[in-house]
Amino acid sequence: MQVWTDVILITVVLTNLALTGLSSLGTCIRVMALQGVLLGLITIGVQREQLSLHVLVLVAGTVAIKGFVFPRLLKRAIREAAIRQEVEPFVGFASSLLIGSLALPFAIWLTGRLPHLDAGVSPLLVPTAFHAILIGLLLIVSRRKAVTQVLGYLALENGIFVFGVGLARQATFLVEMGILLDVFVAVFVMGIAIFHISREFDHIDTDQLSQLKE
Amino acid sequence: MVAALFLIPGLAGLTAFVIRPDGMRRALLLAVALAHAGLTTRAWLCPPSPALDGLLRLDELGLLFLSITSVLFLTASFYGIGYLRREAPGRRKDFEDGFLFVNAPEAVFTGCLLLFLAMMTLVSLSGHLGLTWVAVEATTLASAPLIYYHRHHRSLEATWKYLLICSVGIALALLGIFLVAVSATDSTGATVSLLTDELVRRGSQLDHAWLKLGFVFLLVGYGTKMGLAPLHTWLPDAHSESPAVVSALLSGALLNCAFLSILRAYQVLAAADCAAFGQEMLVLLGLISMGVAAVFIVGQQDYKRMLAYSSVEHVGILALGVGLGGVGAFGAMLHAVNHSLTKAMLFLIAGNILSVYGTKSCRDIRGALCALPVSAALWLAGFLAITGTPPFGTFLSEFIVLKSALEQGRVAVAVLYLGFLGIIFVGMAGVFLRMAYGRSSWTLENQPGREPVLSLIPPALLGMVVLGLGIWIPAPLLDLLDRAAKALGGL
Amino acid sequence: MRFIGLCQPVLALMLAPLLRGVINKVKALFAGRCGPSVFQPYRDLAKLLGKGAVYSGTTTLVFRLAPLVGLSAVVVALALLPIGSVQAMLAFPGDIILFAYVLGLMRFFTVLGALDTGSSFEGMGASREVQFSALVEPVLMLSMATLARHSGSISFSGIYSSITFGVWMQAGPTLAMVSAALLVVCLAENSRIPVDDPNTHLELTMIHEVMVLDYSGPDLAFILYAAALKLWVFGALLVGLCMPLRTGWAMMDIAAFLVGMLLLAIVIGVIESMMARLRLLRVPQMLVGAGAIAIIALVLVLR
Repeated sequence: MQVWTDVILITVVLTNLALTGLSSLGTCIRVMALQGVLLGLITIGVQREQLSLHVLVLVAGTVAIKGFVFPRLLKRAIREAAIRQEVEPFVGFASSLLIGSLALPFAIWLTGRLPHLDAGVSPLLVPTAFHAILIGLLLIVSRRKAVTQVLGYLALENGIFVFGVGLARQATFLVEMGILLDVFVAVFVMGIAIFHISREFDHIDTDQLSQLKE
Repeated sequence: MVAALFLIPGLAGLTAFVIRPDGMRRALLLAVALAHAGLTTRAWLCPPSPALDGLLRLDELGLLFLSITSVLFLTASFYGIGYLRREAPGRRKDFEDGFLFVNAPEAVFTGCLLLFLAMMTLVSLSGHLGLTWVAVEATTLASAPLIYYHRHHRSLEATWKYLLICSVGIALALLGIFLVAVSATDSTGATVSLLTDELVRRGSQLDHAWLKLGFVFLLVGYGTKMGLAPLHTWLPDAHSESPAVVSALLSGALLNCAFLSILRAYQVLAAADCAAFGQEMLVLLGLISMGVAAVFIVGQQDYKRMLAYSSVEHVGILALGVGLGGVGAFGAMLHAVNHSLTKAMLFLIAGNILSVYGTKSCRDIRGALCALPVSAALWLAGFLAITGTPPFGTFLSEFIVLKSALEQGRVAVAVLYLGFLGIIFVGMAGVFLRMAYGRSSWTLENQPGREPVLSLIPPALLGMVVLGLGIWIPAPLLDLLDRAAKALGGL
Repeated sequence: MRFIGLCQPVLALMLAPLLRGVINKVKALFAGRCGPSVFQPYRDLAKLLGKGAVYSGTTTLVFRLAPLVGLSAVVVALALLPIGSVQAMLAFPGDIILFAYVLGLMRFFTVLGALDTGSSFEGMGASREVQFSALVEPVLMLSMATLARHSGSISFSGIYSSITFGVWMQAGPTLAMVSAALLVVCLAENSRIPVDDPNTHLELTMIHEVMVLDYSGPDLAFILYAAALKLWVFGALLVGLCMPLRTGWAMMDIAAFLVGMLLLAIVIGVIESMMARLRLLRVPQMLVGAGAIAIIALVLVLR
């Protein structure tokens, strides 16, 4: 079980790297969908006891929303707003990839500075979570398009999710569902905003959103 | 009963989306505001019992912030009726760049406003860290369409920044919650509930290192939403671009909700004997916020942005008060009340001025006392109140915070605090006085008509309450503030 | 000096052109053609060796030296490579460094030879070659560092004899990532699609081929032969990693290795048939991607 959890976690790391290095929006969204499905698998992988109905519903919800609904929503936003399929970064792909891969040693170092955790979970879990969070922040600040910023937000959220399912298994069902719903609505609202941005500005480059400043 | 507080505006909000006639929808808005105020009053008289296994419950802190929200929403909804009447449907001309734009459908506006109220209520009621998070994120989502009421590119820009920055911030707060959950896991790995009361009770068993880290993330996350510098960057944009009613609610109620979420985390931290760690951070962020606000207020040309920066200053004071602890916590609670009321009043009047003059630049406004005598008088009163001039309530609360700094012998903090307040006073005085006095730019022909009553009474009432609080604090409120401060380990 | 270690160079010298033949055959079959015989590369070499060389008047000794140095360098590299658990002819701690530098020497002379002609096309090819190799070499070194760290040995023979099925089960993800990185290195170093198209005839898009445009006769034969050997070298790195069959019997290991090489040639042929050549701007992106994967693998091993 542990080995497979590790394989999934490393795949998550690689999907995050792919997000920093891929230049086609459509591929990025597919990678994001893959990541959503992987998160569902992690949820199963970290369970110590028998799978309860609660966990299964959570997994199903995660996979359905992160793996299928979000990609659909984003794809739709792209299609309706007629957005070009290029990512258009501020920071080049090569540099992003390099920063992204160096974020992993940083995440491991960070984990090492934290107090030791009980040995029930994979030692890769926390670094993977931190890595995803860092990648999410990187994508948000280094990409021009609003859609890519949403992808960054999702990567960030996924990282926190990994941390949550791995370590904090005590949140009540209601709250977990609430969190999932919130993220869903957030992406939904952002999708609508993207549509409006593209209509208002004829494109969705957020660097045009710079009129309000001191 | 507790659930009703949250359910009534929530369900009404959903209904408002489908109601066709404007009159009915506006009546619903008023009715919900009145019902909410009524239920809140009832909660004062007889404290309601918790619901859903303690997920929803109303303690001192919750009641205090719930009351602020309720009062503000009531006044704002009255003002809002007048505002919505004035906002003619159809294409309108933008006053800055001259292009045409339309407003969002009124049904969306009203619906989101009510959902916004429901979510802010949920923040006050929540007794679970996770639920608080869900509610705070939901306030962001419910208020984003409100900021984008005037559908043009500036408000869209503000909305996008608000959505993205706050969502990212709040996502970090979620990480903080998970870290707190890790700190609460005992050696057997048994599940521990994240109910705030439960965490406070088991305070001594929490793991300090994880808890501290969790608090940092919670502070950063909710601090983004609260507008603490340097995480405040969305705040001036969102406040300056949204309609007056929304600005008033954002500044008066929403920032408080985020503050309440930080206080919840702080309570847990204090229960684990790590209060000093959190206090230092709060003091630091508070002073930074005040400093940043001072820098941006001086020379500010846009009066709505100036008010927004003033909000950054005041959330800084709130953080500073709690950070100082002792009597400072009491001061912070009182200041939360005062600031909310004052700031809401100022934003409402700013809406009046904006609708008549059609500009947000204070350079183009002169002699408002002639053109808009009542609004301008209230504007000046609001200026005195927001800068903490006696006899307004803000003076009292700001003074208490100063006193607590001096009592603890933290002279440097006190000096910085006074210095920033002084700079801000001077910076704001220039703008406010110039706008009110001087020769009016209006000629006799295009003199604006009488000011609508519905847009004067709500801010005037708020102003009177702030004035009243400076002179005499009613015993029940004093008692509540006292208990709230005690819950934060103050006094 | 171990005589069993001679297997690798001898096999390579004999069979390397066959790899090219297999790749071309696979590509032809994919395209629905019959294609040349798999032994066509041998015939090409024989033909070229029988011809005389033509040298441009602007070239110097460096130009004539480059094919010889290239060929001898790659033969030295071959001597460092083991087959499965069969030790290499030359095995000593640190031979991975020598390996990288020997290949570097080969590239250095190819580039010098290209620059020596004074042709602008060849200069352009040289510049691209150097640019990409600057990205490929770190990937190779990182991959080797990962393997070295994992096996606790800094010699190819030590590293490769430690890789077994058991190790794959235990550290599968890391080894898979290293393999992926090495595959990219293999494709890039041997100017294969998607980095470069070995069959292109459009100078503007060429990288490696454009550098050898001025060679003819035996010199060109040397270069082609060296290129085939280089493909063998990188193939051996990859196959040794991906075919973790360590029986202890030399014959079995060698047989498995040869089967692996054949499979690799087929895989490369399939890749070339399925993929299009990347735009030049995208090539560094892919190479850095491979580097990122190698970094992740190294980090996971160091952890």
